[in-house]
Amino acid sequence: MKEQNKLNTKQESEPVIYIKGLYKSFGELDVLKGVDFTLLEGENIAVLGKSGSGKSVLIKIIAGLLKADQGEVSVLGKRVDQINNKDLDALRLHIGFSFQNSALYDSMSVFQNLAFPLTMNTKHLTSKEIDMAVDEALDAVGLKDKRNQMPADLSGGQRKRIGIARTLILKPKIMLYDEPTSGLDPITSAEINQLILDVQKQYNTSSVIITHDLTCAKHTSNKIAMLLDGKFLQIGQFDEVFASKETQIASFYNYNFIQ
Amino acid sequence: MSIQHKSYLFSKGLDSYFEGIYNAYQFTIRFFKEVFQPPFHFREIVNQCYEVGLKSLALISLTGFIVGIVFTKQSRPSLEDFGAASWLPSLIGIAIVKALGPLVTALICAGKVGSSIGAELGSMKVTEQIEAMEVSAINPFKYLTVTRVIATTITIPILALYCSFVGLFGSYLNVHASESTSLVNFYQEGFKTITFLDIFSSIVKSIVFGFTIGIIGCYKGFHATKGTFGVGKAANEAVVLAMFLVFLEEIVIVQLANWIRFY
Repeated sequence: MKEQNKLNTKQESEPVIYIKGLYKSFGELDVLKGVDFTLLEGENIAVLGKSGSGKSVLIKIIAGLLKADQGEVSVLGKRVDQINNKDLDALRLHIGFSFQNSALYDSMSVFQNLAFPLTMNTKHLTSKEIDMAVDEALDAVGLKDKRNQMPADLSGGQRKRIGIARTLILKPKIMLYDEPTSGLDPITSAEINQLILDVQKQYNTSSVIITHDLTCAKHTSNKIAMLLDGKFLQIGQFDEVFASKETQIASFYNYNFIQ
Repeated sequence: MSIQHKSYLFSKGLDSYFEGIYNAYQFTIRFFKEVFQPPFHFREIVNQCYEVGLKSLALISLTGFIVGIVFTKQSRPSLEDFGAASWLPSLIGIAIVKALGPLVTALICAGKVGSSIGAELGSMKVTEQIEAMEVSAINPFKYLTVTRVIATTITIPILALYCSFVGLFGSYLNVHASESTSLVNFYQEGFKTITFLDIFSSIVKSIVFGFTIGIIGCYKGFHATKGTFGVGKAANEAVVLAMFLVFLEEIVIVQLANWIRFY
């Protein structure tokens, strides 16, 4: 376990994500009500919160999938809220997004799923180079033998791994994980947690991990951010956050059965 | 339910109806903006042409053939009553080439292709596959919608022409069973009264039908919500709306062709 907690954080690193005064509503429902947040280079931050608290909305705004109503969102020094589509696409090449349900393309094999972003974004690669890149990404997630299988033939954990491999193929600087361990058994969850750490180490990424799994948050992150009622109630190290006397944080901790 | 509540629901329904029309309009405008901009996914267009065209060929062949036989069987007694049985090939030619071929093809494709596009894109939407493309810096509209709409716009006119020829062949077999006539002679008689404008308007009509089927399927798929229920709804609405618009366009184009012919 000690091995798992060795997180690769650089000293005095630059912010890769900077968010100030972020607001987002859907109709009359206010989801984010003034979120402030900074992610430094090489850092992993876990965003915890109840279902429907706006965690996934936050990372979708970071990836430019949703537009913020108000506030500043900077990713790798670019204002996502003001950027044009061409620059947003260029920025997205540096952002890896692992979806909650993996979002693998059903009609494509594992190989085609991984090769697709590469072939669509690079014109000069030969098929041998694409083959090698796919193998490297599959190797990183330990599923080289699943190369020719269809997504429907994979287990939930394998689908998550392939989803992560698909993002790694573009060698991202930032990884956004949406509920990486949801719906998985404890052993597979532990494997995914380890994979998140391995990815950080091997690809030197900074990550935002959206989860309500405290075990995942504790093992994969340098910092925890508690998102409650549309705002970050507390940001800090795991023990520091959960030492809080704040009722909502304490109840969140108690319900996760890891005391 | 109070009158105020009823009127609130009515105005809400009306709002969403007009919002839907506006969104569909924006979706179509976006297609025309993006269709001429690179990258052009030629391989995917060919792949979709195969999906739309070749995979519908058997069904179109069977339906066109049956339409030809049935239409001949139904028309022959009436023409014989007037002593005009020799006009049968011309009548069948006009009916199939000008109206039945394009219409039957469009209706079959609205059911088969429209529903399949609506369901495929709808399930991609609800399982976040479209968002996965976006975050990989791939334009999903360009890759999924533009390619499919181009494919339906190209292949449905070809299928309609093919359907007309198969329909005429079905008709010929039916005629040949009772009287001796050659295939070449039958086709010559069939096309005798058909003008260039008839064939041209038939092709234009099929192009419009193909575009409509593709764009409606993609629009409904892209706007699918609420999980698997939403996917079914998207597929169903794609078929119903495409069929309705096909009939509407048929009336307008026939009227336009008659107007051009008159002047």
